[in-house]
Amino acid sequence: MKLHLNQKNIPLLATIAVFLLIYLAGSVLYSNFFSLRVFVNLFIDNAFVGVIAIGMTFVIISGGIDLSVGSVVALAGVLAAKMMHDFGVHPILAFSICLGLGAMFGMIMGCLIHFFELPPFLVTLVGMFLARGLAFLVSLNAIPIKHPVVNAIIDFGIPLGFRAWLPATAMIFIAVTLVGIYLQHYTRFGRNTYAIGSSEQSAILMGLPVGRTKILVYTFNGFLSALAGVVYSLYTSSGYPLACVGLELDVIAAVVIGGTLLSGGSGYVAGTLIGVLILGLIQTFITFQGTLSSWWTKIVIGVLLFVFILLQRYLSKAGARR
Amino acid sequence: MSQVQWLRSENFQRMLWPLMALVGILLFNFFFTPGFFHIEIKDGRFFGSLVDIANRAAPVMLLAIGMTLVFATGGVDLSVGAVMAISGAIAATVIRPDYVKGVLEYGEVQSLFLVLSIPLFFSLLAGLWNGLLVAVIGIQPIIATLILMVAGRGIAQLITQGQIVVFIHEPFQYIGSGFLFGLPFPIILVLLTFTVTYLLTRRTGLGLFIEAIGANSIASRFMGIRERMITLSVYIFSGFCAGLAGLIVCADIKAADANNAGLFLELDAIAAVIIGGTMWGGRFTVFGSIVGTLIIQSLTTTILTRGVAPEVTLVFKAFVIILVALIQSEKFRQLFSNRMAGEKVRTS
Repeated sequence: MKLHLNQKNIPLLATIAVFLLIYLAGSVLYSNFFSLRVFVNLFIDNAFVGVIAIGMTFVIISGGIDLSVGSVVALAGVLAAKMMHDFGVHPILAFSICLGLGAMFGMIMGCLIHFFELPPFLVTLVGMFLARGLAFLVSLNAIPIKHPVVNAIIDFGIPLGFRAWLPATAMIFIAVTLVGIYLQHYTRFGRNTYAIGSSEQSAILMGLPVGRTKILVYTFNGFLSALAGVVYSLYTSSGYPLACVGLELDVIAAVVIGGTLLSGGSGYVAGTLIGVLILGLIQTFITFQGTLSSWWTKIVIGVLLFVFILLQRYLSKAGARR
Repeated sequence: MSQVQWLRSENFQRMLWPLMALVGILLFNFFFTPGFFHIEIKDGRFFGSLVDIANRAAPVMLLAIGMTLVFATGGVDLSVGAVMAISGAIAATVIRPDYVKGVLEYGEVQSLFLVLSIPLFFSLLAGLWNGLLVAVIGIQPIIATLILMVAGRGIAQLITQGQIVVFIHEPFQYIGSGFLFGLPFPIILVLLTFTVTYLLTRRTGLGLFIEAIGANSIASRFMGIRERMITLSVYIFSGFCAGLAGLIVCADIKAADANNAGLFLELDAIAAVIIGGTMWGGRFTVFGSIVGTLIIQSLTTTILTRGVAPEVTLVFKAFVIILVALIQSEKFRQLFSNRMAGEKVRTS
């Protein structure tokens, strides 16, 4: 079998290489780093980041950006907690309402972007303000979530052996990733996002449903942000209006490190999965190291982001020269 | 230019909406907030809500001045908040070099020149970094400045070791809380920066060059504009403004807080620029951005004095920004004017 190295796949391969490198370094340096439990924890601790990162991958591939995700997570979490705690709404109903509202929120932003041709970063910036403000309106303090059904969801999990355990939140993350891969490679919607991101003009001339796809992308991302809010509130057993401040940057970083081109038109959901795991791995590494402070996480993420953007830049220039 | 022509000119039209919004907010306060326009003079200093609004808005105004030029070139600088934190952290460290090691003595008193110049130098450097990424390497501005936004706050925390460095340094504190000609010193700084920027961009060709780059960077390069150089300097200028804003905040609270200094202020600055009527890539007005900042701040103050929960400010801000953005949107205007003319509305 001849290994065909496609230009487009180099960022993805670089991502996988970085992941293996950090993993290897951790395993050599620290005992217990190379264990199933640490690996599964990557999925558990980053489930909410991962769920949004999948949606953000579609947004960025279609040539847009969504800055509102962190605030929507907080809004969904605090709204669900408020409904359950103060009004005795059944958790399943409360979560469903949040998911519906999240999708609607995304859809409105998508409509503003498409129909009035406003820049995506501006509309989603407003969405970020709005969602955070609404979260504060719902409640200023953290609201605990105590409900037998919720506890049952939190306690539900599949034992994997070796003292590792796959809880519901991690399963949601994995399921969303699989759905994302399916949508991206096996549906018209997925192919349309690539076409729009490569050249919107061409997509229009080809007769693709540009408007519908764009609005759908933001709706999908809004839905996933709300889902991440649900995952986050399950993870912390509470709703907190100040949760996930600045999350959007982590998410964008994960997508970029995962090999998606920021100019749109190229990237993979699978790459994003690895990008999220790299972010988690850096945090785990710093936790294991013990003496490094938390701000090193930010600096390392910044440096990685820089290196990957440089790589993308170099590759797209090399591609253009041909 | 005759009176009527001036009223119809593009510059005036651009300023009309923001100014009307500001006047609207002030009028509301004139009728419903007692003592809002009351300004008294104590010890030769002006006090009152209006002075307070301008003073509180000063850091964001500085950010907005820099951001306006960046916006006009078709870019955006997300790193300004982080640069503010870095500049404050460096200033505090210059004053108390060993504080992070647990030494409470000040050592020798540093001159004001050093306390100001070292942070500003590093702010220029931060701007240069952004400019290099955008103008030379050619990364999209949102992402190029995102790097410093993420890493910059980490760097600021590294400098202060995550602590809040408190200090006493009389001459430096004057930058944040002093008075000159009866006005708070930050306002004077803003006026100075604004005047210099205005003269540089409107009394020379620089402003037109910046707008040309924003409208079409390739065309302007063929026209003979040194497009890279100008883009680079615009980002350096934005870094400088952010550094200055960081010094004001740091001197005002007499402490460097790497976690919270300038947090989310980049959003306020962007909002102010957009409200002020600057287009993304193209025409800009620095004065409009100042008005935009004043709108946001007076809205915040109004909400606070009305006794409404301060959290609502965010919701208000969101609606104001989207409204102004919609009014500026070509498509939205079309929709509106077509409705008025009774024509069939066509979308997309």
